[in-house]
Amino acid sequence: MAVTVTKIPRPDRSLWVQSYVPEVMRGLSITSKQFFKNLFTKKDVVTIQYPEVKRDYPERYRGLHRLMYRDDGQVRCVACMCCSTACPANCIHIEAAEHDDTSIEKYPAVFVIDELRCIVCGMCVEACPCDAIRMDSGIHTHPFYERDTAFFDKPALLELGGPSVAHQGGDMKGVQGHH
Amino acid sequence: MLTDILLILLKIVAVVLLFAMPIGSLMTLLGDRKQSSMIQNRVGPNRARLSIIPGLGRLPLVGIPHFLADGLKMIFKEDAIPDGADRTWHNIVPAMALFPAIVMWAVIPFHDHYCTGEIVVQNYRDICVEGQTRNFFSIANLDAGLLYVFAISGVSVYGAAIAGWASNAKYSLIGGLRSSAQMISYEVSMALSVAGAILIYGTLNLNEMVVQQGHLIGGWLPMWGIVVQPLAFFIFLGAMMAETKRAPFDMPEGESEIVAGYFTEFSSMKFAVIQLSEYVATVFVGALIATIFLGGWQVPYLYGDGFHFGNTPTAALELPYWAVIALRIGAFSFKTIFILWLQFMLRWTLPRFRYDQVMNLGWKIFLPLSLANLVITAFVVAIL
Repeated sequence: MAVTVTKIPRPDRSLWVQSYVPEVMRGLSITSKQFFKNLFTKKDVVTIQYPEVKRDYPERYRGLHRLMYRDDGQVRCVACMCCSTACPANCIHIEAAEHDDTSIEKYPAVFVIDELRCIVCGMCVEACPCDAIRMDSGIHTHPFYERDTAFFDKPALLELGGPSVAHQGGDMKGVQGHH
Repeated sequence: MLTDILLILLKIVAVVLLFAMPIGSLMTLLGDRKQSSMIQNRVGPNRARLSIIPGLGRLPLVGIPHFLADGLKMIFKEDAIPDGADRTWHNIVPAMALFPAIVMWAVIPFHDHYCTGEIVVQNYRDICVEGQTRNFFSIANLDAGLLYVFAISGVSVYGAAIAGWASNAKYSLIGGLRSSAQMISYEVSMALSVAGAILIYGTLNLNEMVVQQGHLIGGWLPMWGIVVQPLAFFIFLGAMMAETKRAPFDMPEGESEIVAGYFTEFSSMKFAVIQLSEYVATVFVGALIATIFLGGWQVPYLYGDGFHFGNTPTAALELPYWAVIALRIGAFSFKTIFILWLQFMLRWTLPRFRYDQVMNLGWKIFLPLSLANLVITAFVVAIL
């Protein structure tokens, strides 16, 4: 293999540049321009003063989980365990139970998410077949003083929830029959 | 006699506690943190609040509460002395660093001597007739003022060198040695660069130097040091910045190489005092450069009785004496703060020099240039 030599020419510095003072002046003009600009207008400062000013999150930002509910206010989840199976952090715990209503097969008697363990990947939302779990609340997972308080149970998750426009069970008839 | 002593004490309090120390300590915040943040498109410190004072609880006050919080924090920190350190010297050294930085202020004139009688302006000079001149505006009116400044600034390196040695730590020792080396390299060109100015003014008395800078060349150009000695101005600024160990000459501190150099092993108020002495010395550089090169308390065209345009016996715009004094002290403060601002600006503009580059610049560039400047000035002064 032939060795190729690339010759990089040395920068041609004139005496004017070498004398350093004019170049220092040039540097000073840049920094002082920035200094006065930011002193009087704060134009280039991009800092967001966090607790007072909050940044707008993008539409698909993944925040705290929430459980959606049916039109009658019952939890939408059918305890299919898709989310807890998909969860890479194993932070969703569901205990299924029989529902009195015959049109509803199962419902989660216990639904707990360990928010400390959650890695906010959104796999549970992807896995959910009936739009029961969402992460679109736009709320940060705030810090917890005690570990117990990081377990979000069904009522807590439902509190953030809302009605879903998706059709339960994926069949128009089934939905109408339920009502 | 007693009034003289009281007057001197009053002047010391005014200069040190009302001028040098406040500006120096405020610069730790405004200069180093706020100014750098402006240059780098940041906001800088603004989270601390003075909530104990009603009405100020919600205002950031350009970050000044941070600087108060810093002081408070320093007082309550543990004073750690490393094992094997020389305890006596370790305790004395912060004072040794601060002492010269403050004592140097003794000869800085904030204004000409106060005249109790009438002021007549002759040949761009205020001449006091039918009255005495009283030295109200500088702590000591020394005829060897500039030599005094050089002597004290030479002593100031002992603080850094002994701090490095007394800490019993390698980084500290390297920092102390570097600061000695840097002091020796730059003291020479510093003194030689002002020698030209001394030749021109023919005096070492700083106030007399400032008085002579009121002369107008050709009736319009003020004979400031920067006008007659432009090269010396740059050399002196560079050498003084090296002398105060500020970036880009911060070899003795060298954060990226030797932790914090000679004061690595100092904590709590001892650290604060060393740091403060550096800032006070930085303010002093501003004051000294303003005095020698930027006309000190002189306002262009302003003399004891008002504005004169050209060499005229009567003022074109008359001003009361107190207004003249206020304008001149204001001008001096402005010039000092301008040079201070420039030093901080340079710090955030230029990358640090390597150690060998610092030595090269000192011995191979500054020294020959200042010698050449001195020789040429001597010829010109001899011919004129």
